[in-house]
Amino acid sequence: MSALSVEDLRVVVGAGRRSFPAVDGVDLVVPRGKVVGLVGESGSGKSTLARAVVGLHPVESGRVLVGDTDVTHRKLGQRGVQMVFQDTYGSLNPRMTVADIVREGLVRGEGGRPADLRAELVRVLGQVSLDMRHLDRRPRELSGGQRQRVAIARALAVGSRVLIADEITSALDVSVQAQVLNLLREIVRENDLSMLFISHNLAVINFICDDVAVMHCGSIVERAATADLFAAPQHPYTRSLLAAVPRLRGETRSQWLAGGEPVDPRHAPSGCRFHPQCPVGPTVHPDRVECVTIDPRPGADGRAHHSSCHFTHQEDAHVPRVHAEP
Amino acid sequence: MVALTAPPTDSVAVRRRSPWPAFIARRLFRLLLGIVVVVTLAFLVIHLVPGDPVRLALGPTAPVSQVNEKRAELGLDQPLQVQYLHYWQNVLTGDFGTSIVSRQKVSTIISARVGNTATLVAVSLALTLIGAVVLGMGVAALSYRGRRRWLLAAYRFVASTLNVIPEYVYGVALVYVFAVTFALLPVAGDDGLSTLILPSLAISLGPIAGLSRIVRVQTEEVLGQEYIQAARSKRLSALRIYGRHALPNLLTAALTIGGLLLGVLVASTVVVENVFARPGLGSTVVTAIVQRDYPVAQSVLLLLGGAVLVVNLVVDVALSLLDPRSLIKDS
Amino acid sequence: MAVRRPRGATQLVCVLLLVLIAFLSVFGDPIWGDRAREIDPGQAFGPASAEHWWGTDDLGRDVFARVMASSQLSIKLALLAAAIGVGGGVLVGVGQAVLGPFFRRLLSTVITVSLAFPGLLLALLVNAVLGAGPRGAVIGVGVALVPPFARFTQTLAASAAASEYVAAARVLGVGRLETMRRHILPNIAKPLMLTALMAIGTSLVSISALSFLGLGIQPPRYDWGQLLQFGLQNIYVHPMAAIGPTIAIVLAGLAFNLAGEAFADERSRSMLPSLAGTGLAERLVAKVGHPGDVTAQVSHDDTDAIPDSEPAVLRVKGLRVGYPGGVQPVRDVSIEIRPGERVALVGESGSGKSTLALALACLLDGSSAVDWEQFEFDGVDVSPGSEAEHRTLFGTKLAVVFQDPTNSLNPAIRVGRQLAELRQVHYGVGRRESLAAAVERLRDVQIPGPEVRAAQYPHEFSGGMRQRAMIASGLMGTPRLLVADEPTTALDVTVQAHVLQLLKRVNEETGTAVLLISHDISVVLSFCSRVLVMYAGRVVEDIPTADLLTGAAHPYTRALIAAVPDIDTMTSKPLATIPGTPPNLDDLPIGCAFAERCPLADEQCRSEDPALSLVRGTQLVACHHPQTDRTPIPQTAVPASAS
Repeated sequence: MSALSVEDLRVVVGAGRRSFPAVDGVDLVVPRGKVVGLVGESGSGKSTLARAVVGLHPVESGRVLVGDTDVTHRKLGQRGVQMVFQDTYGSLNPRMTVADIVREGLVRGEGGRPADLRAELVRVLGQVSLDMRHLDRRPRELSGGQRQRVAIARALAVGSRVLIADEITSALDVSVQAQVLNLLREIVRENDLSMLFISHNLAVINFICDDVAVMHCGSIVERAATADLFAAPQHPYTRSLLAAVPRLRGETRSQWLAGGEPVDPRHAPSGCRFHPQCPVGPTVHPDRVECVTIDPRPGADGRAHHSSCHFTHQEDAHVPRVHAEP
Repeated sequence: MVALTAPPTDSVAVRRRSPWPAFIARRLFRLLLGIVVVVTLAFLVIHLVPGDPVRLALGPTAPVSQVNEKRAELGLDQPLQVQYLHYWQNVLTGDFGTSIVSRQKVSTIISARVGNTATLVAVSLALTLIGAVVLGMGVAALSYRGRRRWLLAAYRFVASTLNVIPEYVYGVALVYVFAVTFALLPVAGDDGLSTLILPSLAISLGPIAGLSRIVRVQTEEVLGQEYIQAARSKRLSALRIYGRHALPNLLTAALTIGGLLLGVLVASTVVVENVFARPGLGSTVVTAIVQRDYPVAQSVLLLLGGAVLVVNLVVDVALSLLDPRSLIKDS
Repeated sequence: MAVRRPRGATQLVCVLLLVLIAFLSVFGDPIWGDRAREIDPGQAFGPASAEHWWGTDDLGRDVFARVMASSQLSIKLALLAAAIGVGGGVLVGVGQAVLGPFFRRLLSTVITVSLAFPGLLLALLVNAVLGAGPRGAVIGVGVALVPPFARFTQTLAASAAASEYVAAARVLGVGRLETMRRHILPNIAKPLMLTALMAIGTSLVSISALSFLGLGIQPPRYDWGQLLQFGLQNIYVHPMAAIGPTIAIVLAGLAFNLAGEAFADERSRSMLPSLAGTGLAERLVAKVGHPGDVTAQVSHDDTDAIPDSEPAVLRVKGLRVGYPGGVQPVRDVSIEIRPGERVALVGESGSGKSTLALALACLLDGSSAVDWEQFEFDGVDVSPGSEAEHRTLFGTKLAVVFQDPTNSLNPAIRVGRQLAELRQVHYGVGRRESLAAAVERLRDVQIPGPEVRAAQYPHEFSGGMRQRAMIASGLMGTPRLLVADEPTTALDVTVQAHVLQLLKRVNEETGTAVLLISHDISVVLSFCSRVLVMYAGRVVEDIPTADLLTGAAHPYTRALIAAVPDIDTMTSKPLATIPGTPPNLDDLPIGCAFAERCPLADEQCRSEDPALSLVRGTQLVACHHPQTDRTPIPQTAVPASAS
């Protein structure tokens, strides 16, 4: 039994003629005690997926399970999943103090209101390395990193075993990001939490996630253990992402870079959604007609890394990794 | 460089359908809805009156037979739905009924007066827009990024004060200054251009102050945008930057508010016409209300309301011509 | 800041006036009522005197007393009307939020249509129904206030409801009603109250207008409007009778309307209608760095097209930038860029790098104090304050690419026109030719279908395309230097790769030097031959990229490299962190700005700010204890303290 699983989820965004499936048939599993990364660029649907899982967005079809309970249509806050948002400033009520904010989470824990509220408050704040003097501060008096820690504390306070982190370090400085990432790893380990970690930053994903799923245009195009995915990416989109990321130390492969303009999910192409940009697709190999006519997603389970690409086994897939220290 | 030479794909943001038809359709729908509301409200005026409207209009001493005759003439003894339909028929054919007080056809009364009002509104609108844009942009340009702090402070104080003063007070003040004290300009009547000056000033001074504040803030915001920086990095002349790059962007916001202002201007015209004894719809409607001359009151309000709606539509369309993004934002 | 003082004065005036009004509304009639009724026909139309401050009216009654006495009525009526308007409006506005979607849209449309009508017409309508008189006036004005207030409340509530903290509360499981109570209402209460106050002012003025027209209070009762009407009728004979009520109306209206401005704080300001905040402050503040959105370049080939013997494209010494208030985002920076070089400027938020970029491009204006010892661009010496004289030089030889592609192209002008402008203005080329050149440039930056694209507006371009169009714009001249300020931060990873590739190609093909500003040290590694690291307004290290990983000498540079997670990082240990927080530019210590976060800091560091000096080869460092041993920088370090 996994901590969180998503089965064939479809989420439609927009109204009437302008609606489109931002999440189109996604299967995802977060095993207990693990951190699963969800990587994608803008338009991939990853944030919509997160919001649908948590209940902020209605689901068109499919299921969301926490443990073995179907929570797809459950009320918000009753799902056993909590979320930390990207905007450190916007996600905290500017008129509330740190104590108020975290308390709001504490009283909604599964065990009901804790007997000694204040002690619990201090304990939760301690987990994110904030101490008592922060209790009476307002968000605007805190730094970005501190605000994010308050947001994490709030999510922890509820006591859910599953957390979703939606781009939580994207708006932070490098040095602060490092602190928050270290902290997050510690918290997950100590509390035996399961986490879905959403980011567009592959380096951060590499650091914190056990497994990774790559999302493009509403679908998961590849998923595998982190080390495996980075060592041997199977899907051309994953490879293009890896090729585009700057390396401090490693080698990159320019031939994997995607071409053309990013695909608009509102006007998704037929067949494989990546084919207009694919460096090994019909634009480069005109004989690869199936990319335009046949949707590769149904056959994904039979391929390495559940890759939704017709030509998964046919390209040279290895990227040498260079480790900087013994 | 293999990847970069891949042929172009269906790019992200190429517009396939022109957004114009949908936009115009939406606006027309809103206009129609508005007109239905106005006509219905105007129709309801006479029916919502507590008591007997005819009796109230004719006075307590009028004989019962006259009251009944009048009531039948106005069609008030028929069922409501029938009256409503008749009302629509009349409106669409231009028959606004007859004045209870003067027994003249309302359409005659209105057509005699509407020209004056329309002229005054148009002149005031032009004056307001031009005055506000020039003043607002000027102050913003002069005080940009902390220069001439005194100017900004003084302007803010003066503008917020002037904005508050109602048009009738301006009217009275202008009468005092230009008629009583200096006897320069005419303060009554409707013949000639000179009779337009004081009324339009009375109407416009407050709105100029108010709208210019918005224009100023908008200008400041626009000047802080990156595309202005980009224009400056191209070392274009200040005139070009303000006129070609800044103006179109801030006009949109300013004109949107200006469009809203139109309604206010019409209302102000109604009031100011009474101050300057200018024969127009303003004095007509006030007299009609006082005299309980319902057909006249109804019709003038109907006309004014409808005019505001139509002009708002025109302004909207003009705005979207100016700023193509608003078409998309609108949807 | 100078703005504060007027605010304080405004608040004081406002409070005083409001107190006066409150006083009058209670005590106006008791104190002056009798006097106001004293008839003295012999004194009809008397002038202002010691006995009658504002003279007398046609029945010899004291005008001042009449104005004071009637204030009670005027204010009471205004309060009543405002109560109807505000109450009704808030109910409708809030009600919209709790209704289902169909009713919400219906109500919204009705309000939109009602808003098109001027309030006075609505009031006149009610007056027509209820007849002239105070009842008609009050209800009319009240009803007229409902649509704008409803829309205002709705907008306020909607923006509060759309905020992330409300989403967060809902995820916690906070119920709708409780969310409204605890999260939405407190955040909209203040602007709502202020606008309600302003509504009282509007009611006062409007009811006075109706009375002035004869549609409000009827004689023998009188309010300010009535008094004004009387005053107008007799203005030739006795102006005082008009001036008195005028003053009353104006002051009262002012008091209520000023309240809106005087007491609105920054956030409320942005929500009050017609009092939009400027947003300038946010733009000037250093932007938060965005780690990780990176774009790599193809290979680690960082040799660029540098002819060694030519003079520098840009030579700057002792550049200083100061804002009013004492903050110095750039403190004594000296930079040299050679022709065809690719240089990176790296720093986090608060480092001053964006300001430095703007200063180097001579784009900072009068509000910042920019000064330097030497500034030489393309061989031309520029003295401080004389940038305007070198317009053509900068316009044609220096190109700038800004960070935010959504905003750096003018949304109101077609792309082709914007690009063509440069040629027209600086080279005197005709319209058609310039446009053709613009199309060619768009083709050069690999925008497909450039003829069609040139005729489009920026919002029809995607983010990456816009950035490429910006680069094309820079190429419309013959730039010797291209300054790119975080050009890829706002773009997706794969798009960034293309943009950086493009910049590299431009550099290689045209020999244009590139100054790339970024917060991300990984990006610069494969793009540039030289890196300048900025911290707290100073350049603390100037090092060839090839030496960066092994030979970085400044503790900050080393810490920065260590803290960046890389795809190839060993993930078993925690990331290296830099203790403390990025520096606050308006509160810098004497001595080295990095001292409080530096493990090597000592007394000398804290008291003496180190100067940039040559360490080895061409590498410059500003540090008292530069790490010149060539040990590789570990990707993870122990210990990592978390706060």
